Amino acid sequence: MTHSLWRSLSTHGILILGTIFMGAPVWIAFMSSTHPADTLIRDGMQYWFGGHLLETYNEVLFVEGGVMKKVTASRMLYNSMILGVGFAVGKVIVSMSAAYAIVYFRFRLATPLFWVIFMTLLLPLEVRIVPSYGVVANLGLLDTHFGLIVPLIASATGTFYFRQYFKSVPEELLEAARLDNAGPVRFLIDILVPLSKTMIAAILIIMFVVGWNQYLWPLLMTTQEENYTIVIGIKQIYQVLSEGGELPQFQKAFALTVLATLPPVAVVLVFQNWFVKGLVESEK
Amino acid sequence: MSTLTLSGVNKRYDNGAHAVRGVDMSIADGELVVFVGPSGCGKSTLLRMVAGLESITEGEVAIDGRRINEISPADRDVAMVFQNYALYPHMTVFRNMAYGLANRGMAKVEIEAKVRETAKMLRIGEFLERRPAQLSGGQRQRVAMGRAIVRSPKLFLFDEPLSNLDAKLRVQMRIEIKRLQRELGVTAIYVTHDQTEAMTLADRLAVINEGRIEQMGSPMELYSDPRTLFVASFIGSPHINLLPARFDQGQLLVGDTTLTGFADLPEGVPLMLGIRPEHLSLSADGTFEMSIDLVEQLGADSMIYGAVSAFSGEEPIELCFRAGEATRHVPGERLKLDFQTDRAMVFRQDNGERLI
Repeated sequence: MTHSLWRSLSTHGILILGTIFMGAPVWIAFMSSTHPADTLIRDGMQYWFGGHLLETYNEVLFVEGGVMKKVTASRMLYNSMILGVGFAVGKVIVSMSAAYAIVYFRFRLATPLFWVIFMTLLLPLEVRIVPSYGVVANLGLLDTHFGLIVPLIASATGTFYFRQYFKSVPEELLEAARLDNAGPVRFLIDILVPLSKTMIAAILIIMFVVGWNQYLWPLLMTTQEENYTIVIGIKQIYQVLSEGGELPQFQKAFALTVLATLPPVAVVLVFQNWFVKGLVESEK
Repeated sequence: MSTLTLSGVNKRYDNGAHAVRGVDMSIADGELVVFVGPSGCGKSTLLRMVAGLESITEGEVAIDGRRINEISPADRDVAMVFQNYALYPHMTVFRNMAYGLANRGMAKVEIEAKVRETAKMLRIGEFLERRPAQLSGGQRQRVAMGRAIVRSPKLFLFDEPLSNLDAKLRVQMRIEIKRLQRELGVTAIYVTHDQTEAMTLADRLAVINEGRIEQMGSPMELYSDPRTLFVASFIGSPHINLLPARFDQGQLLVGDTTLTGFADLPEGVPLMLGIRPEHLSLSADGTFEMSIDLVEQLGADSMIYGAVSAFSGEEPIELCFRAGEATRHVPGERLKLDFQTDRAMVFRQDNGERLI
């Protein structure tokens, strides 16, 4: 009895510590964002509500700010949402098609080609950012959503995951489908995609968060303030705030940070539920 | 309502493996032919070539006299039941059965009617809205059959469909498959490695070994008149008793026991004497003496296994003797046995050819 009490105390202790460790910065940012600017300058970070919640968030979300005073947080959230969703959906589509071709079509060099794709993991965006920028700039796609998303959606990891998954799908399903007069496209849409639901959900979650958090690429690709994503916005607004000669509006930076974390959290919560359900109802 | 003809069919894989070697066969309308053989003998490959899932290296496959080598699996109008059923896991039973029809552009109303009718015939009508994961093995088996039947194909292909079921269910489904195939009158090929299944289902049986058809005929023909040592030893349960023998100076010798009643056999070639368990009989002055190792009481039958020590010089040979109902023999006992000379078979050991 005492043993199990001690055990549950210690496990709960660890969990509580972990929660505090993860949650405290968010809590501080949220609380600090509800105070007026002068409190933050005078007293530092705040740990409890300061009564200016609506005021700050209203201003951040709906009043144009930034260097040119042309962008609101809601606009930046919208931009980020487009980037995150486009990035995730694009990656799923591209890597799924690539894996489909590699696994199900007998073309020469399929395996070497797969490893070539896989090796692009050694060349992250940062390494090839100058040529990538050059290509997009020459195509006149700067400051467009298309130019922001498309160069990012090729995914070696996604291709790898889908390839492994497709290889685990029993071959008889393909054969049954062939006898059922399902061509390659029908097989993909009617059978493979529904079977990969959980895989797709997992990749969507991960990729949405990765896309949402992109910093360097959107920073290069966007020159107009109204095309900023929220992650860039935090930095830019913070810069304006501290260089403007006025009182630095830290509460706004905190508010932006809180706003920037909300959508990824929401996506993880929503999809996780679905994802776990998919895993439990094992169908394959 | 179709016939199937295979002529000179060969399958060579890129790695040089020669899986199917020169198969000729013709299957009559409404006939159920079973391909039976040990695993890896090429029987499944042959079936898959008929289905169009494997390419045909050489030779011709024709349905109703029309060459189908180059025709895609879907257009061959054949339906296949797979060993692991290969049901689409995310579709309901209804959609599993309807999928092939919908892909062929059949009208919705018609699909609905056909699926319901087939489901009723297979007694899976109440499961139509369930998914495969919610069904038992036997029910999944029925759905797999339903998916094949609903299309009214020219040819049914069964690839070891019962091997994932337990013994009791297997016997039930075996009977059901036979009944359905008769009722529907559809030509069918059934692949199995289980010789009991093969014997009970087949109109005709093709014993396949190393990519070749060893012999093809009715189950009883193969049992009582096997053309090769392989067929004799593969068909029959319990197995045929095989005794190494040689022919010397006009007499057949097993060890140093001389057996009478055999003539005109080649000398100096290792031979094999084959005697079915039921062709042995008790006899006071029998040729062999067997000491009983094991008695299997099967109710209507009993099998007595024992070592025959009559042939000196070599290791004792295990024999099986079918003793009929209710024997009182016990292990350790010695029995004198004789065999029906006219039912015994003699094979060459080197190429398996049957001589007598």
